[in-house]
Amino acid sequence: MNTMIKSVRGAMLALATVAVAAPALAAGEGPHIEREQWSFAGPFGTYDRAQLQRGFKVYKEVCASCHGAKFLAFRNLAQPGGPGFTEEQAKVVAAEYTVPKGVDEYGDPVEGPAVLSDRWPSPFPNETAARAANGGAYPPDFSTLAKARAVASGFPGFVFDIFTQYQEHGPDYIYNLLTGYEEAPEGVEVPVGQYYNPKFIAGNTLAMAPPLYADSVEYTDGTPMTVEQYAKDVSAFMMWVAEPKLEERKNLGFRVMIFLIVFASLLYFTKNAIWRNVDH
Amino acid sequence: MAGHSNYVPQSAAAKWLESRLPVISLVRGSFVDFPTPKNLNYWWTFGGILFFVLVAQILTGIVLVMHYTASTDAAFASVEHIMRDVNFGWLLRYLHANGASMFFIAVFIHMFRGMYYGSYKAPREISWILGVIIFLIMMATAFMGYVLPWGQMSFWGATVITNLFSALPLVGEPIVQWLWGGFAVDNPTLNRFFSLHYLLPFMIFGVVLLHVWAFHTTGNNNPTGIQPKTKQDTLPFHPYYTMKDLFAIVVFMILFAYFVFYIPNYLGHADNYIEADPLVTPAHIVPEWYFLPFYAILRAVPDKLGGVILMFGSIAVLFVLPWLDTSKVRSGTYRPLFKQFFWIFAAVCVGLGYLGAMPAEGIYVVLARILTAYYFAHFLIILPLLGFLEKPKPVPASISESVLGGSGSGKPAGAVAAPETK
Repeated sequence: MNTMIKSVRGAMLALATVAVAAPALAAGEGPHIEREQWSFAGPFGTYDRAQLQRGFKVYKEVCASCHGAKFLAFRNLAQPGGPGFTEEQAKVVAAEYTVPKGVDEYGDPVEGPAVLSDRWPSPFPNETAARAANGGAYPPDFSTLAKARAVASGFPGFVFDIFTQYQEHGPDYIYNLLTGYEEAPEGVEVPVGQYYNPKFIAGNTLAMAPPLYADSVEYTDGTPMTVEQYAKDVSAFMMWVAEPKLEERKNLGFRVMIFLIVFASLLYFTKNAIWRNVDH
Repeated sequence: MAGHSNYVPQSAAAKWLESRLPVISLVRGSFVDFPTPKNLNYWWTFGGILFFVLVAQILTGIVLVMHYTASTDAAFASVEHIMRDVNFGWLLRYLHANGASMFFIAVFIHMFRGMYYGSYKAPREISWILGVIIFLIMMATAFMGYVLPWGQMSFWGATVITNLFSALPLVGEPIVQWLWGGFAVDNPTLNRFFSLHYLLPFMIFGVVLLHVWAFHTTGNNNPTGIQPKTKQDTLPFHPYYTMKDLFAIVVFMILFAYFVFYIPNYLGHADNYIEADPLVTPAHIVPEWYFLPFYAILRAVPDKLGGVILMFGSIAVLFVLPWLDTSKVRSGTYRPLFKQFFWIFAAVCVGLGYLGAMPAEGIYVVLARILTAYYFAHFLIILPLLGFLEKPKPVPASISESVLGGSGSGKPAGAVAAPETK
């Protein structure tokens, strides 16, 4: 009887190992995403102000014609932990846009230049209009987009991600996508109005035309005006739009961790002092 | 509980209160003078950790509700408002979202500890059953909480899980529509989930008090599984276990803070940052990680009703666990075979969790079926048989004996000195 139990036990142990390890071989769903270096990664990560300003320029001059950012307020552009514009600069940006301003004394809707408290106006009046202008596709809003895209790391990558504090799935994906357009290989049908991009998360083609071209956005600080640089800058900008409190979070986190570790050590010695005469 | 107190009111005010409502001696008897086995290891601190997480969830939740709007039009935006505009709103929300995961990490460890040391066995069956009830309410609370941000996974998770009830013959459809408050997951669903998500934690709190009452009546189990025999075997809860638990809670807070401050979205799903859209189904609908083992069991069965029955059965079987384990020996420490089957079982649960996250196809389904079968076999075949087949190791005569025999610290027996008397 005992040998039987032993062999059953052995078999189950082997099976359990296979169950945990086997999917490792199959992990590889979705496109392969190269990981980039980001200034905001890691425990002390902060946004690169110049990069956010460049990324904002790319967004404003290229992406914003189709993609809104409805939770981004103009005041955010001047808030700490962001692109570091002054309040005056943010006001100037806001004034370039026209937003609804309630109704006049006769009840007719009025529009006026945006102020700091206004949010980024949507490029289309509604989803139907957006789809009509984009061949049926709806350009997603940028507000949370950099946190809303992730190609799974698979096993064992997702375990390492805990220790490397990898939270940059979104910007990595966006960068890979923006730089991933290429000629469709022999034999791959690309439907009309679609563009071939092997980095796209849901298939090989998408409705967005390659948006970035070298020298299409003017950089005044000498940064190279390449597709890769634009893609990198706008991905970083989108991360900030999605996670504007990242710097505050990591900054506070470090202080909290130090406090907790010191407090835990003191408690450990206190506990030991209390228990010193107890066999346990 | 109050019976354990050696409190004698001194001041006139205390005497006045004590003769009318003996609340001081109740608290002292339960959390100060309460005799606790002196050999509890760190696995026992998860009870205190769970209490801390429950209180933290309730407190952060109450403040979040002040800023949240339960409406399909405004819920997603109000969560983003919390993240962007509310002072420390990002902290409150990340604490609350990750707090749910911390709650489950702690409760799983707490349950496995109970299983390993036989804490469910007589006379602690009621404590165990109350614990399973807490676990069930926790799952309901967490599920409904995940719906509130009204992201894609909120919506589709709610749709998939509520649809499970439609598998019931005859009453299925009406029940699902009753749960939804309509013909699909919509505003009425969100509103009732919000209401229940606020209510259930207080019910958990109530059942937690019963849970504590029950095991304070029987006394704590301990790593040896033998009842304390003399005063030498126990220590007053305070300061010994208050300090040990507090230390463990703060260490647990380090883990908690690591997730909140450095990888706050690690345990979440990216799709939940997309606002719910009933017209667009996500490629993979995956529940939160703590439901994955149960989700794997659900999908392992080719028949919908069968899957639902097995999934609920996987928790229902826990209710009768005290009567399925036939061994007279409580603690796994003295059960050489059980010990190994316990770890296989733990590995099977982890394996099921992994399979729950994988698409239900090919090898994953086959593995999920094998592991599901093993999950039930562990409770229904292995545990009942082991009690008869296994030859346990000799159990020590008392807690003190096991402590002195095991660690051999060389201190004289009975050198229990209370610091407060020095």
